[in-house]
Amino acid sequence: MAKPKLALYWAASCGGCEITILDIEEKILDVAEFFDIVFWPCAMDFKYSDIESMDDNSIDITLFNGAIRNDENEHIAKLLRRKSKLLIAFGSCASEGCIPGLANLFTKEDIFDFVYKESPSLEDESKGIFPVTSTQQAEGETTLPKFWNTVHTLDQIVDVDYYIPGCPPQSFQVAAVILAVIDVLKTGKELPPKGSVLGTDSKTCCDECPRIRKEKKIKEFFRPHEIIPKEDECLLDQGILCMGPATRSGCGALCVKANVPCRGCYGPPPNVKDQGAKMISALSSVIDATTPEEIRKILDKIADPIGTLYRFSLAASLLQRKQNDMIN
Amino acid sequence: MNTEHNTNGFEPKIVGFLCNWCAYSGADLAGVSRIQSSPNIRIIRTMCSGRVDPSFILEAFKRGADGVLVAGCHFGDCHYLEGNFKTIRRIEFLKMLLNQFGINEKRVRLEWISASEAEKYAKVSFEFTEEIKKLGPLKLFRNERG
Repeated sequence: MAKPKLALYWAASCGGCEITILDIEEKILDVAEFFDIVFWPCAMDFKYSDIESMDDNSIDITLFNGAIRNDENEHIAKLLRRKSKLLIAFGSCASEGCIPGLANLFTKEDIFDFVYKESPSLEDESKGIFPVTSTQQAEGETTLPKFWNTVHTLDQIVDVDYYIPGCPPQSFQVAAVILAVIDVLKTGKELPPKGSVLGTDSKTCCDECPRIRKEKKIKEFFRPHEIIPKEDECLLDQGILCMGPATRSGCGALCVKANVPCRGCYGPPPNVKDQGAKMISALSSVIDATTPEEIRKILDKIADPIGTLYRFSLAASLLQRKQNDMIN
Repeated sequence: MNTEHNTNGFEPKIVGFLCNWCAYSGADLAGVSRIQSSPNIRIIRTMCSGRVDPSFILEAFKRGADGVLVAGCHFGDCHYLEGNFKTIRRIEFLKMLLNQFGINEKRVRLEWISASEAEKYAKVSFEFTEEIKKLGPLKLFRNERG
């Protein structure tokens, strides 16, 4: 029997998801032995034409990490969708947009102006030279993919079968998913329902958190550098904005065990559409104020509310990006 | 009574989340008392204004609402004792985020309307409709490629 085919791709991402795949340690040998890796640009030399020449649906599983923010990302997403039986959004970028998605707080023009004109690290002579999608040279035309105004999640572009969230997904969870997949392929067991979130639990980060919780009443928020948190008490009780209540469990409460608040990388818990809105709900229940002035005073201590509440999920949120309503 | 139409013909779509015990009864009283209220408001009855999750409001905007009215009981009157205190914090917090999202916070309005305040409901409904007419339609950018 021919080995099942596996493809891995990175779009707009940092590369951390690729590392987490290698972090499954010796189990990577099982992967290499069981699967025929047909595409993995980060680790081996493949050409896009290799994939284009394959039959449709000939790849068994594609692990796709990274958000979609330019024409090339979109092209490969559509190509891999066509060639794959199962397309899995791997990691927070592909699932929710993650850190690249925070670019949705700016326009493409804002980003280009800063990066190619205003950035202090630019040499004077290169200031104001913007990338273009096509240039003519003596040797012929060279092209670059078009940069988009809005970062998208993978499922906003193509149909996605499963999600593995996390920034990056924890390697023990990745290993568990891969071993389960191998088991399914070997024994013909039934796959989980389409759209399932794999490699996680179905509660919130608070459920895994070992800290002691009391009745919450927040009078003041502190940023992590302003306070030394007690190690056994709930961080929210201490006024540190911890995303635990609105974050899916599955990481093993890694950050809170290191005395650092949860930042929300596992995305919203089951049945929640908008992680930031849910966090507003959770925090509003515990803020200790009843007049608009008092409430604003407490909330004003939250620096960059969108960047905090939607740090990993802005591109997948209901509003998705910064809007343009104020000029009316 | 306000029946005049804006010259540009823009009739805003407004979603009104009204609590069962006070604001909804107030709007109901306006109806049975034949007090005219703004037809632009599409009322959704919730058991408490505290039931209105911020994502309901964002979802309303995403699906084409130009404004959202949330109305509940006056402080001290909440059927569930303190639901409306949670509401005021949620709405303030949400407005703060809407500002950062580039959406005018005036598109969300919070009012306390008791079951006997039919006149107040009618007044608020026209005032808010006029305000949204001035702001114009909410145009959201979503899923634009390129």
